[in-house]
Amino acid sequence: MSALLDNFWILLVLKVVLIAAVVPGVALVFIFAELKISAHMQSRIGPYFAGGRWGWAQPLADGLKFMQKEDLVPADADTPVFKFAPMVVLMSTIAVFVIVPFSPRLIVRDLDLGVFYALAVGSFGTIGVLMAGWSSANKYSLMGGLRAGAQLIAYELPLVLAVVGVVIQAGTMSLNGIVAAQAAPVFMIGDFAVRLPYLLQGQVIGFAIFIIAMLAELNRTPFDMPIAESELVMGYLTEYSGLRFTMFFLAEYAGMFSMSAIAATLFLGGWYLPGLSLDTLEVLGPVILMAKVSLLVFVIIWFRWTFPRLREDQLQSLAWRWLIPLALLNIVGTAVAKVVL
Amino acid sequence: MAVRVPGIGLAKGLWLTLRTLFTRPVTINYPKEKEIPVPRARGVIALDPEACTVCMLCARECPDWCIYIEGHKELQPPTKPGGRPRSRATLDRFDIDYALCMYCGICVEVCPFDALFWSPDYEYSEGSISNLLHDKERLTKWLGTVPKAPALESK
Repeated sequence: MSALLDNFWILLVLKVVLIAAVVPGVALVFIFAELKISAHMQSRIGPYFAGGRWGWAQPLADGLKFMQKEDLVPADADTPVFKFAPMVVLMSTIAVFVIVPFSPRLIVRDLDLGVFYALAVGSFGTIGVLMAGWSSANKYSLMGGLRAGAQLIAYELPLVLAVVGVVIQAGTMSLNGIVAAQAAPVFMIGDFAVRLPYLLQGQVIGFAIFIIAMLAELNRTPFDMPIAESELVMGYLTEYSGLRFTMFFLAEYAGMFSMSAIAATLFLGGWYLPGLSLDTLEVLGPVILMAKVSLLVFVIIWFRWTFPRLREDQLQSLAWRWLIPLALLNIVGTAVAKVVL
Repeated sequence: MAVRVPGIGLAKGLWLTLRTLFTRPVTINYPKEKEIPVPRARGVIALDPEACTVCMLCARECPDWCIYIEGHKELQPPTKPGGRPRSRATLDRFDIDYALCMYCGICVEVCPFDALFWSPDYEYSEGSISNLLHDKERLTKWLGTVPKAPALESK
């Protein structure tokens, strides 16, 4: 097994297949989870007949339906930009998976500046959203795009600052290095080494800020002003149909996957689970990471069906007046603790 | 004064949705499972053509004008020999257009000869809107689904 994994080309094929097939596949599973969880939280059943049992084929059917739709481009739209925007959004979410470690070796490229890369590429999708909003030649799209821009600028800061705490504690920006740092024993009780993820090593505030900022980055409720249906029709998605809409839709759920994967890696220990040897983790690592990701995705869906949407000024006030000062305090606290301890 | 923990409302909301997630959905899977309507539910109006005297009160009182009645007078042979032949109104047509009916029940209330009844049956949806016009025969068939009148209160 591990001899096979040492071959560069086999490993490369494995990585490419993993990213190209598994990411949209997992996104479909998350779409289905959203349908079902939202239904049961509202005392409904949700999709029931598609596919025979529990309506498991509903996201596939939706996808097929979208593919049959006409690919409309508005007459006044800036055609090349309009057509290119969904690809930018989808690419930026998928590109994040380059640095997400699924197991000690199942990682496309363990960059030294992994965290930096993830945040930079992840926020690249904003450009796609702005392109979509600007090129649609529609006032709702434009408002949605501008809101998305304002929101992503405001929440990029707390997101990055929340991660700095973890980076200080781990002493590295490589995501595999951060997981390895969480696998190291924190302190010893006799012979028993206590290994804790960073969430339990005092990064509670960092984790909370990261989750809130993550919701805002993903345009999920309670921060879904860019696509607020009741005000902006569908925001920057208004003019999209067919396959291009599917790309945006898939990018939203793939984005949930990628951001949750980063949050799980940074704060919940990634592929590592205390008590398992490194050889077992080579195999079980992806399962452990997916379990942690699923938990976070459930929380995201749970928030969506519980909280109402914030107002635009409340959103900005939350970011600039609360999250950023808190994140700065968190950095100071972590740095002091790192030096003192 | 009660102490308010900041953010307690958010936690309460989350707790409510989580609790609902694990309770049974209220949805009834209609074609497979059926809800049993209460006996006096206003499902469909049944007609007893024998009791109808073509007085047209129901058609006049109907707010939607969805009842169509036609009738004619027939001479009945005298009941006693040497008597006078009586004229009797017979019903030719009695249609209710359920595409228009708003289920107010005024026709049932207003009928002086108890020819109209409420039935709780509700399964008469149609593919074409014109099929919602129920004629005399179809309205008479609904009589079988009318629940028995409750017993009179004793004095």
